[in-house]
Amino acid sequence: MIVALAFLLSITILFLDITFSLPEKFSDYPLYLQFIPSLLKYLSLGTLAAAGFLVVIVFTLLFGRVYCSTACPLGVLQDIISFISKKIKKRKYVYKKPLTKTRYSILIVTILVFLSGSVITFNLLDPYSNFGRILSNIFQPIVVGINNTIAFFLESFNLYWIYPVEFRGIEIFSLLFSIGVFGIVGWMSYKHGRLYCNTICPVGTFLGFISKFSLFKIGITESNCISCGVCERVCKANCIDTDNSSIDFERCIACFNCFTSCSTEAIEYQFRYLPQKKDGPIVNISKRDFVIKSAVYFVGASAVLKAQKKIEVYKENEIPVIREYAVSPPGSVSINNFTDNCTACHLCVAACPTHVLQPSFLEYGLLGIMQPRMDYIKGFCNYDCVICSQVCPSGAILPIKQESKKLIQLGIAKFEKDNCIVYTQKTDCGACAEHCPTKAVRMVLDPEVNKNAPKIDEEICVGCGACEYACPTIPYKAIYVKSNPSHLTAKLPVQEELEQPDLEEDFPF
Amino acid sequence: MKRREFFIKSAVAGLGTAAYLKFGNNFDLFANTKTAPDNIYDLVAIKGGEADVMFNRAINSLGGMKRFVKPNQTVVVKPNIGWDVSPERAGNTNPKLVKQIVKECFDAGAKDVYVFDNTCDNWTKCYKNSGIENAVKEAKGKLVSGANESYYQEIAIPNGKRLKEAKVHELVLNSDVFINVPILKNHGGAKLTVAMKNLMGVVWDRGYWHRNDLHQCIADYATLRQPDLNVVDAYYVMKRNGPRGVSEADVVTMKSQLISTDMVAVDAAAAKLFGFDPNDIDHIVYANQMNVGTMDLTKLKIDRISL
Repeated sequence: MIVALAFLLSITILFLDITFSLPEKFSDYPLYLQFIPSLLKYLSLGTLAAAGFLVVIVFTLLFGRVYCSTACPLGVLQDIISFISKKIKKRKYVYKKPLTKTRYSILIVTILVFLSGSVITFNLLDPYSNFGRILSNIFQPIVVGINNTIAFFLESFNLYWIYPVEFRGIEIFSLLFSIGVFGIVGWMSYKHGRLYCNTICPVGTFLGFISKFSLFKIGITESNCISCGVCERVCKANCIDTDNSSIDFERCIACFNCFTSCSTEAIEYQFRYLPQKKDGPIVNISKRDFVIKSAVYFVGASAVLKAQKKIEVYKENEIPVIREYAVSPPGSVSINNFTDNCTACHLCVAACPTHVLQPSFLEYGLLGIMQPRMDYIKGFCNYDCVICSQVCPSGAILPIKQESKKLIQLGIAKFEKDNCIVYTQKTDCGACAEHCPTKAVRMVLDPEVNKNAPKIDEEICVGCGACEYACPTIPYKAIYVKSNPSHLTAKLPVQEELEQPDLEEDFPF
Repeated sequence: MKRREFFIKSAVAGLGTAAYLKFGNNFDLFANTKTAPDNIYDLVAIKGGEADVMFNRAINSLGGMKRFVKPNQTVVVKPNIGWDVSPERAGNTNPKLVKQIVKECFDAGAKDVYVFDNTCDNWTKCYKNSGIENAVKEAKGKLVSGANESYYQEIAIPNGKRLKEAKVHELVLNSDVFINVPILKNHGGAKLTVAMKNLMGVVWDRGYWHRNDLHQCIADYATLRQPDLNVVDAYYVMKRNGPRGVSEADVVTMKSQLISTDMVAVDAAAAKLFGFDPNDIDHIVYANQMNVGTMDLTKLKIDRISL
């Protein structure tokens, strides 16, 4: 239980660190064992440093689904809800039949969709990612609100101990989705314990399948058992059947409630490969048929959905500015690599100090729903910052060094002269050039208006979006970043030496 | 702060200032400064030393810090902390100078000294990497965020031509003394950033200024309230690619400083120091026309010091 709380707390802190005071490397520890992100990271990096999911499988092969009871933050969250539920109303669990058909359908569809090249099902169903979204979309705004209320209160006494944190809005779809998931998970765990884990969660089903073969399993020693039924009533996975003295170990999440409740020590880990009585397998043809058909349907549907990846960002301007693709974060290599590996846990969104990373809606197409994109209206990518690449647990954003990041070209700044203040108002502005870290955008005298106007050197532009963010034109921007669907390498800006002034000279006035 | 409270406070502050201007010379009888009022210069230009040493020497020529900060007053120091760059990049005010100013304020009896800027890059990083956070903490000053709209109060600018109102940081409105500490550097839009341009960092909606004739807005805001003191840091000076700069190659070492109560005068002198004619910088010309101060340096009593 302490381990479980440690995981839950550390992950929660990661997502709710609104003042960015944690070191980025902190995220490595609690996230290493998160199954789906680790699996994806392993597939894209192939290093053992990303093989947390193998550790989980090994543990499962030994002791069953300990992942679900300790490392999985959504699982532990459900335990907390169940705990509260019991405090409110004396609740007893009873053995329930497994919903095998449902859970295996979900698992198989998840795997097939993944094999067909999309992570959409992971994106929607992965427990860690859902937990992350619940925190960053629902709880983070609440924490920011509380923080800011306290800050304003103290400020009225001229105390500036804590500061208000800037809040740049929410993406409504992600919020609604998270509220929906939180509602379903919350209701299920409030009423039925770990029902979500044993019917919907594909990770739970998969690890349950593996635990069929685990070396040790929790079982009832019939000679000690007095059939009192206490263990059944505390089993939040509803998997202990005291009438038949059996435990459905596939659904057992190794919470050990039964161990502590049993007065006769009848429940213990048993070595699996002791001879045991077993029923022969029953094959249900219609069941199999249903699974295959639904899987085929989903694979087909996902291919159709993937075809529509383009969207317009700006509309109804005098000169329509169309951004064909969303900009993916630095370290993601390309839009494809990013959308293939991102489970939309929104940790990068929570960790991004400039708030440029925002959940997308349909910018990456339907299959990339909720995956973060660079939103240059909300912020811009800090030239020296690599935080998102360090916190990403799934390898969708690969770790990058500060120096190499400065050369990654996410996109290229494009200038819409007829939207620019220098030309429309004939007054000075320069906000875009002001913010540009490489001076890919600089102010150059244009004889046409006798004013300095923006000029772009595309080769040294890194697509950070500082110019777009700073551009003050309304309603639409005069400068924007056109996405590189595959990131390119920018050139370093060349700098000539300046002549140092003579300090002995008199003042020029 | 409530609107009413603001009016009352500003009225009191205004009366105080008026009283000071009328009877100000008498205060020096009690202030125990070595310099007699007649010897106080309008503008001090100093070069050749470290930033803190130059400030100590220069402030004496302006009558000492006690002329500006009275016991138990609250002070706001507004350096340029706009960018997430190291001090050598000259994007932000020299931290040594900020530290010395905060210290001098306390030595003059200040109750509280607040430091803030509405930064362009992420504010926590700007504060940290500019070295100013550390400098202020060492001098026991209070560093405050400028990164939230709730800090800013809407006020009218009666003499503004394009800028009729602005949301101004409450600390600037609430404090007794306001010290403006810009760094001199090149600027893509405003050509040059010095004292008047630095005040863009005390307001919330800078985009409005950019949209509505940047130079005129800078001059308009300057009509609102003169800072009690302007200290221009020209130790490291960014000669091109401003205001952010690309690397240290953009920076020259000038080891200079300019101090004055007149923003227009100090900006004009800074422009010359930089190598520009002040007449080419529109906001200096506009502010001069609007009687914010004088850009005619020949009319001023200037103390020129080489260390």
